Amino acid sequence: MRRPRYGTHLFLLFMAALWLAPLLWTLYTALRPKAVTDKYGYWSLRGPLNLDNFSTAWTQGQLPTYFVNSIYITVPAVLLTLALAAMMAFAVSRFTWKFNITLLILFTAGNMLPPQVLAAPLFEMFKHTPLPYSLSTSGSLLDTYYAVIAVEVAFQLGFCTFVLSNYMKTLPVELTEAALVDGAGVWRQFRQIILPLTRPALAALGTLQVIWLYNDFFWPLLFLQTGDRLPITTGVNALQGQFIQNYNLIAAGATITVIPALIVYLALQRHFVAGLTLGANKG
Amino acid sequence: MSKLRLSRSDRVVLAVMVGVPTLVQAVLVWIPTLLSIGLSFTRWNGLAVSDIEPAGLSNYRFAVEDYPPFWPAVAHNVIWLAFLALIATPLGVALAVVLDQNIRGSRIYQSIFFTPVMLSLVLVGIIWQLVYARDDGLLNNVLGTAGTPGAVDWFGDPDVNLWAALVATAWRHAGYIMVLYLAGLKGLDPTLREAAAIDGANGRQTLFRVVFPAMKQINVLVVVITFIEALRAFDIAYVINRGTNGLELLSILVIQNLVGEGQVIGVGSALAVLLLVVSLVPIVIYLVRTFRRAS
Amino acid sequence: MTQSRRTVLKGAAALGAIPILAACTGGDPASSSDGKATSLGSGLADAVPKSGIQAMVDGFQTSSGDTVRLNVMPRDQLVNNISTYLQANPEDVITWFAGYRMRFYADKGLLAPIDDVWEKIGANFGTGLAAASSHEGKKYLVPNYNYPWVVFYRKSVFQQHGYQVPKTFDALVALCAQMKKDGLSPIAFGGKDGWPAMGTFDYLNMRTNGYQFHVDLCAHKESWDSPKVKAVFDNWKALLPYQDTAALGQSWQQAAKNLANKKSGLYVIGTFLLQEITDKSVVDDLDFFPFPEIAVEGTEAVEAPIDGFVMSKRAEKNKAAKDFLAYLGTPAAQDAYAAKDPSNLQTAAGANTSSFSPIQKKAAELIAASKNVSQFFDRDALPAMASNVMIPALQGFVKDGTIDTRGLEAQAKTLYASA
Repeated sequence: MRRPRYGTHLFLLFMAALWLAPLLWTLYTALRPKAVTDKYGYWSLRGPLNLDNFSTAWTQGQLPTYFVNSIYITVPAVLLTLALAAMMAFAVSRFTWKFNITLLILFTAGNMLPPQVLAAPLFEMFKHTPLPYSLSTSGSLLDTYYAVIAVEVAFQLGFCTFVLSNYMKTLPVELTEAALVDGAGVWRQFRQIILPLTRPALAALGTLQVIWLYNDFFWPLLFLQTGDRLPITTGVNALQGQFIQNYNLIAAGATITVIPALIVYLALQRHFVAGLTLGANKG
Repeated sequence: MSKLRLSRSDRVVLAVMVGVPTLVQAVLVWIPTLLSIGLSFTRWNGLAVSDIEPAGLSNYRFAVEDYPPFWPAVAHNVIWLAFLALIATPLGVALAVVLDQNIRGSRIYQSIFFTPVMLSLVLVGIIWQLVYARDDGLLNNVLGTAGTPGAVDWFGDPDVNLWAALVATAWRHAGYIMVLYLAGLKGLDPTLREAAAIDGANGRQTLFRVVFPAMKQINVLVVVITFIEALRAFDIAYVINRGTNGLELLSILVIQNLVGEGQVIGVGSALAVLLLVVSLVPIVIYLVRTFRRAS
Repeated sequence: MTQSRRTVLKGAAALGAIPILAACTGGDPASSSDGKATSLGSGLADAVPKSGIQAMVDGFQTSSGDTVRLNVMPRDQLVNNISTYLQANPEDVITWFAGYRMRFYADKGLLAPIDDVWEKIGANFGTGLAAASSHEGKKYLVPNYNYPWVVFYRKSVFQQHGYQVPKTFDALVALCAQMKKDGLSPIAFGGKDGWPAMGTFDYLNMRTNGYQFHVDLCAHKESWDSPKVKAVFDNWKALLPYQDTAALGQSWQQAAKNLANKKSGLYVIGTFLLQEITDKSVVDDLDFFPFPEIAVEGTEAVEAPIDGFVMSKRAEKNKAAKDFLAYLGTPAAQDAYAAKDPSNLQTAAGANTSSFSPIQKKAAELIAASKNVSQFFDRDALPAMASNVMIPALQGFVKDGTIDTRGLEAQAKTLYASA
């Protein structure tokens, strides 16, 4: 690679500008008051910049509610997914039994299906599952976070199990065999030996899952009917319908929605990239 | 792998560790998949279970023969796949290869290309809506057509909106592929390249004859991801115009027939099964390649 | 050890979240039978009608002491998800439409009959409205307002160019041609959401084939693969070059801008246009004419949909919901709405019409003088036909002027058979 790098740098600079343009345009639009863009047009540098659109989108667009709802869904779903996936991965990777590979294959396959394939049966199953009104205003699993969480867990379980089982396979067999000789039961092997060693993978997967669930649009769209129960990604789409004529507010809402994902990314970039590539490299 | 005799309590613990996740997976993924297949051979209004009537293959016949958006949707999914496979994925790979050289500012570039990967496709759709708007959007203003009759409505014109949506999708997809590929390149044994250099291979030869073949594992993954993303395409078209008017996709037709005002569960399920069958191709390829090595 | 403790903590946190969730998605449903609380799901999300609904809710809460929880969602969200919405967790009272679109869901058992409400408010409504609110002898709807679909224009534009209001279709086409010459985009059009195009279709159909054919076609008693339907689209082809080419990318609200700022000369739309155009100087400059005559003599058939309120099945026993519905059917309630939204016409007898704007007066006269009133294609036809078949078909037609009537008939056969 001794050729001059001008071409390469030019290419990268050009691409980077292309990549940043939509984001900067959104931010700029969000910072300009509607009255200013009405007067000078969106393609203009004139007029003041301020944060008014952000506060309007925040208060009128129900964004705080959507954010809290996202937390209600994301936190339990990620924890449950990791817990179940770790147990399953442990069982299939550290023990040999009749159907362990078959099950792992089915788990992995399930994760790759387009979600729309399952939509109708899941909707009907949840509709016909009665719940007391104290738990669900719909009297069924519809319009509840349980429904969304359960399906998110089931759908992510395959991927996490696959990644974690590959990871656990790389841990030396001697570790658990020694423990077994010492009389440690299966649960203790899992909790005290394997799980601590799986921490990097769990951190990476956890970060990845938080972002994915935060970004998920489809399942809440299908199962949640009440507007103020929507999580942020589904909610911000409703925002777009509500402010159809006001690009400035839409841009502000979009910018606000990006911020948490961006914070997670900047703080946990290493884990996130590791999570994305874990499934690719190991195994 | 331990193959030792396990105590009774250990067996119980293991059974629970396997049983609970399997039950969750079975009830919420496998059984619904089977139910989808079953429902595709019925007529049902979605109310009482007793209202289900057998319908033979009529739903499939309807979808394939009489339902106008079906073939456009298939074509759009194919175009989606081709665009990702021929443009977005190679672009991601190219970015990875370029950034893998020790270029000044490599980390900054990586962060820039990677940012869209953090965003949901809903946000990608909304952000590009601002870029593509006919009179107020960035693109037409840069082109100088904004406000003139010649201005293209990128998301509204059915002749161009598929491509406009694909560009927005590629914006995110290329970054994703870049990260995957870059991780693979970084994990590559450096002696491979050194050996190639000693043999007198130039940069391009090293890349195509040594590096790419050595990345087989990642290559398969990238191909599979490209396939699956193309079949799963839903969010962005749904956000733009609910997948009508030039943006029909199989996944969206499924949903329009299942939950829309015109709920026709049998037809929706038949479409879902067709989508399932197509999806099984990349899934099976991936599983075979992945697990054949394992066993 | 630390790891295992952390895992336990995580598990506990996950379990701990469940009661929180219960507090979020559970609790007393509004339909509980204590009779003092009810809820309203409203698809009227644009600023003007939204404030009208709020005024009605406020009026009821003040007069009855009951509370109404209001859930406002974008119109198309309510409409597109109505089937799942009604089956999942609907509010007690819901803004909805008269016509087959109401009867279909009543027939599915998703709406509750409200004959006892009608005993109180029946005297406020004439026989036409009562029939439009009924299905198989039971009442399901409380009408709120109606509005005609017409052809809007700006008086100043007509004056400036010396245009005359067209009485016939040929005159309309000639007018459009002249407008194009004068640099206008003749007919504003917003087809992104699909349904607005049905207004043009319905008028072309009723003017070409008559009101009864519209009714029979919507009920699929007439075939789509017929010369009569082809004639409708042939007539439409004469108009197509004059409809805004950007139609498919914009909503009806965005298209309204083009009429308001004089880019377009005409706009085929309901009088709810005035919810979107609120600038007084523009409103005063607006006028309309009925969609002109084609083959059928006169313009006696008017498309004038009725919007109102229905009750979800699960609210059946909620006294507050019924009291609320009874209130919504009073002139006082409808006046409270109309005070905020001067684009529609109250339906209850005795409602205050003295404050009608010139547009409203003219609209009321148009409906009163009509012999037949249609609802709208998506309210008169099977929902699956309207949303799954007609929307894509009309969008395709607007795009390139082609229509496959044989395909329409094939789809209609399957869908009406399985309904």
